[in-house]
Amino acid sequence: MLIINRYKVLVVLSLVCSVVGMSGCSSLGVEPWERDLLAKKEMALTSAPIDASLDDHIYFSKEATSGGRSFGGGGCGCN
Amino acid sequence: MQLKAKKTNLKAMLTTASCALLGSTANVSAQETWQFDTAIMHYAEVDRVSATEAIIAGTKKFNNDEVLSLKLTIDALTGASPNGATAQPTPQTFTRPSGNGQYNVKAGDTPLDDTFHDTRVQLTGQWTQPLLKDYTVSVGGNFSKEYDYMSASLNGNVARDFNKKNTTLSAGMAYAYDVIEPEGGIPKPLSEMVVGDSNDPNFNDDFNKTRIASDESKSTIDLLFGVTQVINRQMIVQLNYSYSTVSGYMTDPFKIISSVNKNGESQAYLYENRPDERTKHAFFGQTKYHFDSGILDASYRYMTDDWQIDSHTFDFRYLIPFTNGHFIEPHFRLYTQSAAEFYQPFIAQDEAKPNFVSADYRIGELDTYTVGLKYGMPLGDGNNLSFRLEYYHQTPKDNGTQAIGVLKEVELYEQVDAIIAQVTYSF
Repeated sequence: MLIINRYKVLVVLSLVCSVVGMSGCSSLGVEPWERDLLAKKEMALTSAPIDASLDDHIYFSKEATSGGRSFGGGGCGCN
Repeated sequence: MQLKAKKTNLKAMLTTASCALLGSTANVSAQETWQFDTAIMHYAEVDRVSATEAIIAGTKKFNNDEVLSLKLTIDALTGASPNGATAQPTPQTFTRPSGNGQYNVKAGDTPLDDTFHDTRVQLTGQWTQPLLKDYTVSVGGNFSKEYDYMSASLNGNVARDFNKKNTTLSAGMAYAYDVIEPEGGIPKPLSEMVVGDSNDPNFNDDFNKTRIASDESKSTIDLLFGVTQVINRQMIVQLNYSYSTVSGYMTDPFKIISSVNKNGESQAYLYENRPDERTKHAFFGQTKYHFDSGILDASYRYMTDDWQIDSHTFDFRYLIPFTNGHFIEPHFRLYTQSAAEFYQPFIAQDEAKPNFVSADYRIGELDTYTVGLKYGMPLGDGNNLSFRLEYYHQTPKDNGTQAIGVLKEVELYEQVDAIIAQVTYSF
């Protein structure tokens, strides 16, 4: 019984870890000197923040979904 | 030479202005300069709304990795917006939301209210800084005001790096408070629009009977949890979960719904009514991949809420650089949503009124797509100019509701076409 419980705890823990990416992702990634491409401005996750904020405003007022990438909040009474 | 002098002056002027705002002196060291992004965007729907939005955003990186971002947005909106009523084979007359006057819609046309014109000013500020080892914290605020609407929000975010900064976990929270104060007041939910002679002395009394307040508010709490993972030298991935709960007035005071008889003919227009609670869950995944020929930016978002709206959003951009520093970036976006449980294109006059109902196609079943192209070029001294042109198409759909009588002869789900044009200049 105790062994099963320990096993369960272990499974849950490893699941959590892999989801969180701490242990599961430790084999992924690069060394600091391998960041030449990732360091480019174009490789930033939000590389064009102005475009992103304009798009957010358009789709917020034209569709029923907002946010996801960042906060979706309120903002305007736009029609 | 002259042009360059002018540009430097503009930057210096803006720097001075920003410093004045912050109460500091305009003595800027070489490393601690402001970077400005400016943009003007025009959004225009065929025969409907058009909006022009101008942005100026300044970012200052301090020597100790602290970052201050300030953004001013001004937009102006004009044009016609669907009022929610169905088209009819006969002309229709509606009272304006303000109660001042009426407007007519031709037979067969989707009823559009052309009273919309508003100007919005929005100020956003964000402060980001490292904290302890491996932590980054960020706090910000937002204030926006238009003629009949006010929104204020605060946000905070903390991120921690792991695994040689290849993994970053983040958690954030935002609170927003919005107030709507429409001209003519807040309509009584499901009450009948008074349509008649607005010069009649009794008209104002009748109109006021359909009003319950001068303003309403809502508050929004957003939670955002994310993990960012560097996969290899070319690839980075982000996964976010966000939770959003809104409480308060979410009805659109300008929207109505047609109450029709058995033959589909409009007998009355009722002001819509939406629930005052909404909880949303969104899952967002994004990857960027650096190919030899360009950079792919692909993302997917799934959203589900307790109004029974589920949506899927796919977004793809592919940046193709040229040897001279110019680039083009094609963009494709696909979006699909299911209808809110209280969405109906019209209601039957002889059936009991539902508690909640809206005929706003934006919370009905809807598919949209966007195709666009961005072209960018460097102008020297780290300045950049880019142009973006996009086409946006909306296909509202029936959510299984059968059209009855004369409604079979008219278009209940009119498609919308829009153009988005934008110029961005960074210096």
